Amino acid sequence: MSNAVWDPSQPILEIENLSISFFTRLREIPAVMDFSCKVMAGEAMGLVGESGCGKSTVALGVMRDLGKNGQIVAGSIKFKGRDLVKMAEEELRHLRGSEIAMIYQEPMASLNPAMKIGAQLIEVPMIHQGMARVQAWALARQIVADVRLPDPDRILNAYPHQLSGGQQQRIVIAMALMSKPALLILDEPTTALDVTVEAGIVDLVKDLGQKYGTSMLFISHNLGLIMDVCDRLCVMYSGEAVETGAVAQVFDDMRHPYTQALFRSIPLPGADKNARPLISIPGNFPLPHERPKGCNFGPRCDYFQAGRCDAGDVAMADVPEGDRHASRCVKWDEIDWHAPPKARVVKEKAPIGKVVLQMDDLKKYYSVSGGAFGGGHAKVVKANETLSFNAHEGETLAIVGESGCGKSTFAKVLMGLETATSGTITLFDEQVQSTPIQQRSVDTVSSVQMVFQNPFDTLNPSMTVGRQIIRALEVFHIGTSDAERTDRMLELLDLVKLPRAFADRMPRQLSGGQKQRVGIARAFAGGAKVVVADEPVSALDVSVQAAVTDLLMDIQRQNKTTLLFISHDLSIVRYLSDRVLVMYLGHVVEMGSTDQVFQPPYHPYTEALLSAVPVADTKVIRKRIVLEGDIPSAMNPPSGCPFQTRCRWKSHVAGGLCDSTMPPVQTLAGGHQIKCHLGADVLAKMDPVITFAAE
Amino acid sequence: MLAFVIRRLGVMLVTALVLTFVVFFLTNLPPNLEKLARSEGSVRMTDAAVASWLEEHGHTGSVFYRYAEWLGVAPGWVNTDEKGVTRGLCIGQRDDPALAPKFCGIFQGNWGFSTVFKKTVLYSLGKSMAATGWLMLAVMVVMVPIALVIGVLAGMREGSRTDRVLSTFSIATSATPEYVSGVILVALLASPATGLSPVLASWGWIGGKTLFMGTATSAMDHITFWNFALPVATIALYGVGYIARMTRASMTEVMTQQYIRTARLKGVSFRQVVLRHALRNAMIAPFTVIMLQFPYLLNGVVITETLFNYKGFGWMLVTAAGNNDIEMLLGASVVAVIFVLVTQLISDIGYVFLNPRIRLG
Ligand SMILES: Nc1ncnc2c1ncn2[C@@H]1O[C@H](COP(=O)(O)OP(=O)(O)OP(=O)(O)O)[C@@H](O)[C@H]1O
Ligand code: SF4
Ligand code: SF4
Ligand SMILES: [Mg+2]
Repeated sequence: MSNAVWDPSQPILEIENLSISFFTRLREIPAVMDFSCKVMAGEAMGLVGESGCGKSTVALGVMRDLGKNGQIVAGSIKFKGRDLVKMAEEELRHLRGSEIAMIYQEPMASLNPAMKIGAQLIEVPMIHQGMARVQAWALARQIVADVRLPDPDRILNAYPHQLSGGQQQRIVIAMALMSKPALLILDEPTTALDVTVEAGIVDLVKDLGQKYGTSMLFISHNLGLIMDVCDRLCVMYSGEAVETGAVAQVFDDMRHPYTQALFRSIPLPGADKNARPLISIPGNFPLPHERPKGCNFGPRCDYFQAGRCDAGDVAMADVPEGDRHASRCVKWDEIDWHAPPKARVVKEKAPIGKVVLQMDDLKKYYSVSGGAFGGGHAKVVKANETLSFNAHEGETLAIVGESGCGKSTFAKVLMGLETATSGTITLFDEQVQSTPIQQRSVDTVSSVQMVFQNPFDTLNPSMTVGRQIIRALEVFHIGTSDAERTDRMLELLDLVKLPRAFADRMPRQLSGGQKQRVGIARAFAGGAKVVVADEPVSALDVSVQAAVTDLLMDIQRQNKTTLLFISHDLSIVRYLSDRVLVMYLGHVVEMGSTDQVFQPPYHPYTEALLSAVPVADTKVIRKRIVLEGDIPSAMNPPSGCPFQTRCRWKSHVAGGLCDSTMPPVQTLAGGHQIKCHLGADVLAKMDPVITFAAE
Repeated sequence: MLAFVIRRLGVMLVTALVLTFVVFFLTNLPPNLEKLARSEGSVRMTDAAVASWLEEHGHTGSVFYRYAEWLGVAPGWVNTDEKGVTRGLCIGQRDDPALAPKFCGIFQGNWGFSTVFKKTVLYSLGKSMAATGWLMLAVMVVMVPIALVIGVLAGMREGSRTDRVLSTFSIATSATPEYVSGVILVALLASPATGLSPVLASWGWIGGKTLFMGTATSAMDHITFWNFALPVATIALYGVGYIARMTRASMTEVMTQQYIRTARLKGVSFRQVVLRHALRNAMIAPFTVIMLQFPYLLNGVVITETLFNYKGFGWMLVTAAGNNDIEMLLGASVVAVIFVLVTQLISDIGYVFLNPRIRLG
C-alpha cells in the first residue's frame, strides 16, 4: 500500500500519550488522558474497563472519527510508523477499511437497511483495490463462507433485516475482512448476542486473526472474553490506562488496586458464595469533569494514602519482572498482592421453608399474524411448553436460557400481565393462572413483585425517588397516613442501602446501580413474598453488579423472600442460586440443585451453555463446545427434541428418535431432571466442562 | 401486496363516502337550501312558497335518503305539481317523464348542473381540473427536485454554513403564505410601476411594460414561461421550504446512523456516502411528505388561481362557493376527496417500496 517501508518487527499501532476531549457548550470533557499502548504485528490487545471509561473513544480516535465535538488534544497514534493524528483526510480514507477496519457493538445498526448484503461487501475491494464487480462478488462469496455462514449466495442477496443477530455480526466481520486489514478494531462485538452465539463469533475472530495474521484491538468489559481472545490487555479507569501487560500476568499478578478490585467483584466458577464472596467496589465511577486530584481511583481505593495518592498526577510505572507490564499506582511495589481480602462477615443462609409457588403443566401460546400486509396464516408461538416446578420460601430459583427461550413470558404470566393458555399456577393456595393483574387482589399483587432488567426505563423521570416509592405504598394500601408512608419509604431506602437524602432526588441524578436499588425498594414496598428478578444486573457495570446482587441476597435473608432469578449469566447464577432451571425454546430441559446442574451429567444444551461462558481465571480449563447455527425461531420450532438442530450428542441416540419424538423427562438421582433421550449410561459418562489446572 | 392494496381501497371507499356525506350534509343545510330556492325561484318568495319550492324540487325528506339519491343508489324523486307538470331528479326539462331512468346520481354520471357556469358540473369540472393539472404538474416539476437538493445539501453536514444558509431560506419560504409571496412576486417582477420591470423597460431590455405577466388568464389557452412562471413560483416556493425542511431533518438523522459511520470507516468517500448510503434511507420520510403535499397544494392553488385569475379548480371552487352553487361544490368535493385518498395510497405503496424492511418483512 504505502511506499514507506515498514519493519514488521516494529509495532503496527503505537499510541503515545493520547488525550482526547469532547467540547460541549458547558465545558471540555477530557474523555481520554495520557493513554499509551502498543500493538505488535499479529498480536491481540484487549481494552477493558467500565462503561464510560473511554474505551470506545480510544478506538474512534484511532479511526479519527470522533464526531464534530471530539478532538485529539495531545499525543500521537502511529500506524505502521505513520502518525494518524497528522494525516490528511484523503490519506486517512485510503487507510480506513483497507488497512484498519472497525467492528462495533450493534450489528443491526452497522448495516445499511436499504442495501443488499452483497452490495455492502463488494464496495470495500472496489474502492480500495479498484477491483471489478465480478471479482469483488466472488471474493465476497468466499469471505462469507469463511465467516462460516451457510448458503453464501442467498445471504449476499438478502437485506440485513432478513438475517439473525448472529448472522449480521458475521457479515459485519466479513465486511471488515474484505480487504485483509492489518489492524482490526472490535468494540464490544458480542455484547448484544447470546452466549452460545457469542462463543461462535469469538472462535471465528480468533481463527481469522490467525489465518490472516491480523492484529486486533479488542474492546470489552468482560474479562473472560479478553482472556479468550487476547494476548495482552490494558485496563482503563476513568480515561486513563491503569495497568497493562500480558493477559496471564495481569490476571494472576496484577499490580494495580483497581484491577484487583475488578477481579474480586466478578463471580468465578469453582468458587461458591461462601468460599469467595463477591466484593463490590465502593462508591461510584467519577464523571470526567469530577475527577479527583491525583489518582482517579483514590476515593474508591482500599490502599489510599492521603498525601501521596492525592498529591499530583500519577505516572505509569514499569513493573520490572514483567513483560512490558506497567501500572499507574504510586504504591504498586509496597502492597502485599497476595494478602487475602479483608475478612468478611459470613452470612447465615436463611432456611428454606414450605412451598409458596407451584406451577403445573403451564402453557402459554401466542398467536401472531403473518406478514406486513396481513394475509398469511396466523401462527402459534409456543412461548412456554408444559412448565412444572415449585419454589420454596427463602429459596433462590434461577431460570437460565438464551433469548427467545420463554423466560420473560413465564415471568409475565406469573405477574398476571398475561394469562396462561393452560395449566395452573398456585400461589399460596390460590390459583392465579387466569387472573389478569387488574383482577388480582391487592394482597396477591403486592406479594408477587418484579425487578426489571433496565433500571433506566422503569422509573418515572419526572418524579422524585421518594415520591415513587410512596406511590407504590399507596397502591399496595400500606400505611394509613402520609407520615406513616414517608417513614416506611425511608426504611425502604435503608433496606436498599441508599442514603435517606436520596428521597428528594430525581432519577436522572442517580447512577445505574442506584436506580436499580430504587427499583428493588419499590418491589419490596408491599412486603413481597415472591420476587421475580428479570436480569436485574445485566445492564449494570461489573463493579456495581456485585453490590446489587448482594443486596438482593441480604433482603432475601431478612424477609425469607422467594427469589426467581432470571438470567443468562451462568457465573452469577452459580454464585447465588439454590436451584436452577434451564430453558430452551419454551421447554424446561434441565432442572436440579445448583450442584446437580453445574456438574455432569448435563443436558446437552446445558453442557454447551456452560462451555460458552467466558471465564476470567487462568487456572480454569474449559472444554470448548461450539454450537452450530443459531437458536431456531420459536415460531418455527424443529420437530422432535427442540435442541436437535444443534445437539452434538444426537448420534448417541438410536433410531433417529431425536428428530421425531419429544424426549421424556428423566429423573436421575436426587430429583435431578433432564429432558433428553440419552440413556443413563451415556449421561453417566459425560466429562465435566470446567476443570482446574493442577496448581 | 395485492391484499394490502385491496384492503386500502376498501378503506378509501368508506372514507370517501363519509367525507362526501359530510360535505353533502353541510351544503344542504336549511339556510343554503333557502338561499337556493330564492335564487332559483324568486327573491321575494314567502316562507311558505320557499317550503313548497323545496318540496317540489326534492330538497325535503331525510338527508340520508337525499344523499343516496345524489349518489345514485336510491331512485330519484319524482313530483307532479297541481298543473300536471311532472318534475324529477332524473327528468330533464324537455324529456318525457315516462322514459326517464329511475336512478341518476353521480354513479350514473349525473353530477348535476352548475347554476353559476350554466354548464353541466362534469364539463366545468373537467375543464377546470385540466387547467389546474397543468399548474400542479409544473409546480411539482419545479418544486420536488429543488426541495430535495436543498434538503440533502443542508442535511448532509448539519450545522455547516451551507446548512445554515439553506435552512434559513427554507424556513423563510415555508413561513410565507402564498398570498404574501404572490403579491411580492407580482410587485417585484410583474408590475409596470414597481420592482424590476420599470428599470428593465427603461434600459430597453424588455419589449413590453413588465417582465412577467401579472395574470395567468392567457395560460388557459397557451402556456408560456412568461404567463406561467409567477403562479408556479408562488405555489412552489412554499412547498420547497416545507419539503426541504422535511428532507433535511430526515437526512441529518440518517447521517448520524451507525451504518453511515460503517460506510465512512470502510473508506467510502463523502460523496458516495451521501449518494449510495444515505440518500435512499433519507428519502423514505420525505416521500410521504411529498405525496401528502399534493392535496395540500390545493390550498395554495385556490389562493394563487384567484390571485392570478387562472380559471382552474381553485378559482372555480371560490366562485362556486361564493354563489351557493351546491351541485358544483358537491362535485368538486368528490373530486378533491378522491384525489387526496389516491395520493395517500400511492404514498403508502411507495413507502413500502422504498423500505425493504416493510416490503419483505
Ligand atoms: N460525543 C460526545 N460528547 C461528549 N462527551 C462524550 C461524547 N462521546 C463520549 N463522551 C464521554 O466520554 C467518556 C468516554 O466515553 P466512551 O464512549 O469512550 O466510553 P466506553 O468506555 O466506550 O463506555 P461503554 O463501555 O459504555 O461503551 C464518557 O464520559 C462519555 O460521556
Ligand atoms: S495511587 Fe493510591 S489511590 Fe491510586 S490506586 Fe494506587 S494506592 Fe490506590
Ligand atoms: S434428545 Fe437428542 S437432540 Fe435432544 S438433547 Fe437429547 S440427545 Fe440432543
Ligand atoms: Mg463503548
